[in-house]
Amino acid sequence: MNGLIFLIPIALGLGLLGLAAFFWSLRRGQFDDLDGAALRIFVEDEEDEAP
Amino acid sequence: MSGAAAFLLVERDFAVPAMRCAGCIAKLEQGLVRDHRIAAARVNFTEKRVHLSCAPDAETPDLIGAFTLLGFEAHPIGDANEGAEAEAATSRELLLAVGVSGFAMMNIMLLSVSVWSGATGATRDLFHWLSALIALPTVAYAGRPFFRSAWGALRHGQTNMDVPIAIGVLITTALSLYETATSGPHAYFDGVVMLIFFLLCGRWLDSVMRDRARGGVTALLRNMGAGAMVVEDGGASRWVEANALEPGMVMLVAAGERLAADGIVTAGASQIDLSLLTGESVPQRVGVDDRVHAGTLNLDAPVRVKITAAGADTAIADIARLMGEAAQGKSRYVRIADRAARLYAPAVHALALLAFAGWMVAGAGWHQSMLIAVAVLIITCPCALGLAVPAAQIVAAGALMRVGVLIKDGSALERLAEVDRALIDKTGTLTLGRPVATNLDDVEPTVRPLLLALAQASRHPLSAALTRDLTAMGVNAEPVDALSETPGFGMEATWHGRRVTLGRPDMPVGDNGLATQLAIDGDPVATIHFADQLRPDARATVDALRAEGIAPTILSGDRAEAVAPVARELGLTAQTGMSPQDKLAAIARQAGAGHRVLMIGDGLNDGPALAAGHASMAPGSASDAGKNAADCIFLGDHMMPVVQAVRMARRTQAIVRQNFCLAIGYNFIAVPLAFLGYVTPLVAAIAMSGSSLIVVGNALRLKRAIR
Repeated sequence: MNGLIFLIPIALGLGLLGLAAFFWSLRRGQFDDLDGAALRIFVEDEEDEAP
Repeated sequence: MSGAAAFLLVERDFAVPAMRCAGCIAKLEQGLVRDHRIAAARVNFTEKRVHLSCAPDAETPDLIGAFTLLGFEAHPIGDANEGAEAEAATSRELLLAVGVSGFAMMNIMLLSVSVWSGATGATRDLFHWLSALIALPTVAYAGRPFFRSAWGALRHGQTNMDVPIAIGVLITTALSLYETATSGPHAYFDGVVMLIFFLLCGRWLDSVMRDRARGGVTALLRNMGAGAMVVEDGGASRWVEANALEPGMVMLVAAGERLAADGIVTAGASQIDLSLLTGESVPQRVGVDDRVHAGTLNLDAPVRVKITAAGADTAIADIARLMGEAAQGKSRYVRIADRAARLYAPAVHALALLAFAGWMVAGAGWHQSMLIAVAVLIITCPCALGLAVPAAQIVAAGALMRVGVLIKDGSALERLAEVDRALIDKTGTLTLGRPVATNLDDVEPTVRPLLLALAQASRHPLSAALTRDLTAMGVNAEPVDALSETPGFGMEATWHGRRVTLGRPDMPVGDNGLATQLAIDGDPVATIHFADQLRPDARATVDALRAEGIAPTILSGDRAEAVAPVARELGLTAQTGMSPQDKLAAIARQAGAGHRVLMIGDGLNDGPALAAGHASMAPGSASDAGKNAADCIFLGDHMMPVVQAVRMARRTQAIVRQNFCLAIGYNFIAVPLAFLGYVTPLVAAIAMSGSSLIVVGNALRLKRAIR
């Protein structure tokens, strides 16, 4: 029974962590271009970065 | 780059409808930055946009030129779409709410499972309190869209789908809190949050669908942010955006360019394509002192035009006013979910009230009666209903997008399913609306490569048409030297030491027809005639429309002589020489006779009719006004997507109706159980998620319906 004292906050904390990560990624525009993100893996990086 | 330079950069957005693959992303992002004026380019593939950070002195034509060098057509996107930004923000807010309620649902479920599996006493109370701790902020945050909408409806003395939802959520939360405080066995926190989660999913899907279609339409709007080269007193010319043009300015309109304002020709002579403005298919010759209108296309040679009216004062403003009036009729359409809610909401409330009253009379005590009433509310809450319509519609819209039809919103699909008459514009809708070479087969195969070499170097509309048709025939260009273009005449080049030209024929071609002539050392080798042609599957589309029970007729602004051959070939009746008002009147007559009209058109002159039709479609080549007014847009040269869209809309309605039946059938089983007091939070949770999964699964069947 005492284990719950630790386990419940841990479970909630992990959930909150996921929620925070979701908020962060939404704010940073990770969901703005879903189709493009799927294609970008095929894009080769240019050797000489543009200045 | 240095900080100071970055400080001076301006941000611009361009729509690039032609990007299709990963290669395009790489080409654009890496190619554009080679232009010294462009510091950074970022592609948004979903919206088919490119975001540029560029030097402040970079003019729009220069930037478009940078795209052209890479082989892409780009259209500047103005700042005019603030409304769109607001809608995108709504969509994000909904997604946040979905995330929050999803998180809360999972965690409360975790706690609920232990309660269901037999936790008692202090443990159950602790778990209930924890659930309340998670559920209360979630209801307050994620429930806002429903509370807001329900309050809006109630304030106006109406009811919508959100009223039973809001009341159900509030009463259930309150009762669960009471249960928790008094150590009762039944708390419905999991049910409430799950309900909010599913309903928000439906809401979010609906808004995603609108966003996507809007992105597609924005990418298609060509004239937004357009402008003109203005010649100043000193003779220098500069680019002026359309909204900064003023009467008195003199603009230089190149061949192949659309006019940005009304005006009078002051120098040069050309042919003007009026098809988007009036539906007239034969180009009009204009010379000095002739009036020309915004939105028309200069076909032949560069002209100077003195602006007489710009912006909202142009001749098309009249059409815009008509469009505004016509669109009001359509806003009266009530979406199927709201129609269902009108019957559903009072029924649900009555049932819950009846359950409460019944058990009170039976002597169960107010607490027990309340619990049962809440169970009824939770069970009947339109979870499946709220998901039934958007889920089906977004699957349908996605499937249609793959065949090249953009649906603006869900209500468009519902209206499209109901049509039984089709009024079709001729120029640009039944026909391609652009010149097509008619006698390429007569041209000797040996000169075709030469023809392509000259044509592909020019932006003249006839050259563009030749290039497209020759490339489609599999012709490869012959190498030529010293290519040059003489405005108003044509192309010239050297080929094996001989002078070859492609340009205006030395002898005028009969009845205003368009033609171009290839000559080697001055001797005419081939004369190619151009005409507007029927879309390749126009006949099949008309037949398919009839097979669907939709009677088509032609409604054209063109002259009877021009419409007759098309009408004969397609076996259609036609009304000709119609003004925008006439078209509106024709639709009103049909509507008065009880028909639901599908208007298909492309021109500015079709704008009011498109806005007035019960449903409307426009081809991707339509005028901006046409595309804005239409419910759906079909891309490409084929017309069959029109029929596919109608079929899909009907399939969608069938699925939506099935979903409603499923939801009602489920209520038939569940409501008596709830009434008798057999429904516990566990049963409610299973019933709710089960019915939602079934409707979504049913909607997914639409994915395969398009073939």
